[in-house]
Amino acid sequence: MSGATSDESTTTATGGETETRTALKRVVLYAVLVGMAVFYLIPIETGLMTAITDPSTYTGSTPYLPPLEPLVPGTGSFSLEPFGNAFDGLSRGLVNSVILVVPATVLSGLLGSMAAYGLTNVDWRGQVGIYALFIAGIFIPYQAVLVPLTQFWYNVVPLQSMFVPLASFPFVQEYHWKLAALIITHTAYGIPICTLLFRAHYKKLSSEMIEAARLDGASVSTIYRRIVLPLSVPMFAVVFIYQFTQVWNDLLFALTIVQFGDASVVTQELVGIGVSQSGTNFPLRMAAALLAAFPTLIVYILFGDKFAEGVTA
Amino acid sequence: MRKLIARVRDRWSDSDVRTDGGEVSAERSLLRRDSVRSAPFWLPPFLLVGLFVYGAVLWNFVLSLTDFQGLGAPDYGSLDFENYAIAFNGGTPTWSELTVDPVWNSLQNTIILMVVFSVVCLVLGLLLAILVDRNIRYEDTFRTIYLLPMSLSFVVTAKFWLYMYNPQTGLINAAIGLVGIGPVEIVQNPDLKLGAVAFALIWQFSGYAMIVYLAALRGIPTSHFEAARVDGASTVRMYWRVIIPQLRTATVSALVVITVFALKAFDFLFSMYGGYQPGPSADILATRMVREAYANQNWAYGSTIAVILFVMALFIVTPYIYTQYKRGEL
Repeated sequence: MSGATSDESTTTATGGETETRTALKRVVLYAVLVGMAVFYLIPIETGLMTAITDPSTYTGSTPYLPPLEPLVPGTGSFSLEPFGNAFDGLSRGLVNSVILVVPATVLSGLLGSMAAYGLTNVDWRGQVGIYALFIAGIFIPYQAVLVPLTQFWYNVVPLQSMFVPLASFPFVQEYHWKLAALIITHTAYGIPICTLLFRAHYKKLSSEMIEAARLDGASVSTIYRRIVLPLSVPMFAVVFIYQFTQVWNDLLFALTIVQFGDASVVTQELVGIGVSQSGTNFPLRMAAALLAAFPTLIVYILFGDKFAEGVTA
Repeated sequence: MRKLIARVRDRWSDSDVRTDGGEVSAERSLLRRDSVRSAPFWLPPFLLVGLFVYGAVLWNFVLSLTDFQGLGAPDYGSLDFENYAIAFNGGTPTWSELTVDPVWNSLQNTIILMVVFSVVCLVLGLLLAILVDRNIRYEDTFRTIYLLPMSLSFVVTAKFWLYMYNPQTGLINAAIGLVGIGPVEIVQNPDLKLGAVAFALIWQFSGYAMIVYLAALRGIPTSHFEAARVDGASTVRMYWRVIIPQLRTATVSALVVITVFALKAFDFLFSMYGGYQPGPSADILATRMVREAYANQNWAYGSTIAVILFVMALFIVTPYIYTQYKRGEL
């Protein structure tokens, strides 16, 4: 719990004046907290209010505060049409993002866990250096590798030609090679942060237990499968949530590896949506933004604590 | 590290009770063999990171020494630092008929954005953390709301804030309209651009600073708060004198992460300005780099700007990792 002693406890019977002052302090405290909450919520809230407005009746004098009269379902301007259109506009991106995010998240999480476990067993002095290389990878800006990555995927690795025969299988399209390249890239870039998250966890695992198991003749991989993995389940949740958010939200790798076209992911589709010759369709744009953010928002609202644990590691 | 200290301590302690004898040494050698047996676990991820991260960084550096223009294969035969001269002084490179601008403008914008964004994020985050830490009701709700924008992508944030800043429909202009100032074009105004970008990014990431500080505040023993209370220090004074000095570690780690976020703001600018051209007053190194490589096809020059970005990140991160190592945190 909080380290600060609560203000209530300091009001000993010294008379009404202190109590009023304390009460006033609390009122100010809550006012600031609520004001800040409004600041964080209002862009999302105005987006939502606009997204449920009928585009034909949308005037731009946005109703910011629900439930204003025109926004009552069934009356004039309430409409789910923008969400319907946004879903149509984003559907390709949503499908591709799902194809991308599941393997990339699982692979980077698993490889990060393996790296963290393997390094705890290493008894050389060099292991801190190896680990430092893993950690430094978290902070390397994507820009520093974009040009080589584009060269690599387009001119060095014949991934594209590998997908031509695969395209005879159901569900496999030739353009999926770009998503495969993106999965591998995101996996490699996700390993450092996953390693960091697992490392902190594995250091806390009782080394006596592991060593005892070792001396009883359990092999390194048996210990991993039988002891370490089952104990890592809660940590996997943290890692998966964090990586899912990272990969789902990325635009830069997608822009450079996928460029544009059939393999576009949701962030790419979102950039240009709702802008046409006739002007900007704000309800559609806001609906699309909310729809693209929906998976990460839901995950965050349901598992907020785990997300926080991930970002503060 | 700790194992090493323990071993040294064993050496120097009472020489009759050496722990590296008999049974224990069998265990030692077993664990040493495990170093090799564990290689299948850490080597594959290490090779992936080595290839895609460090290998790519090195290759990028080599590319920055070429004249690569995207056609055919890069010519690795003639390597020179011409692109760096262009990056710092501008001029007409051998690979182009046109003059190419130096990077000073985007470098300056990058640094301004980084400083403003990180300082405001940290101050706001600390303030929120202290408030949330005051034994409030519905703490979880407040925490969740403050951190909510962090789960959004840069693209979504840009969409929301474009709408907020819109002169006709935006809430910001509606608010200043109440004070009697007419609708202001914010997003395309050269004087306000960078501020608008910074403000939206602060909205997205200040919650992160709050969470880091909150974790640090919860780690401070209650006795510190009580001692200050007994001394009769006022609340403000207590935080200023006693608590905040203990948050140095949290500040450093939050600062490192947040400045690197600022370096990565490309996604945000790309969505806010609908492409590679945020205009000179909001152009940062990240956008300049991608524009040079992918829009202007000056691949080698793009690599050069990427090297500059990488070196900046290195300057921020290396001291951090080194201090972590010194404190035995790795």
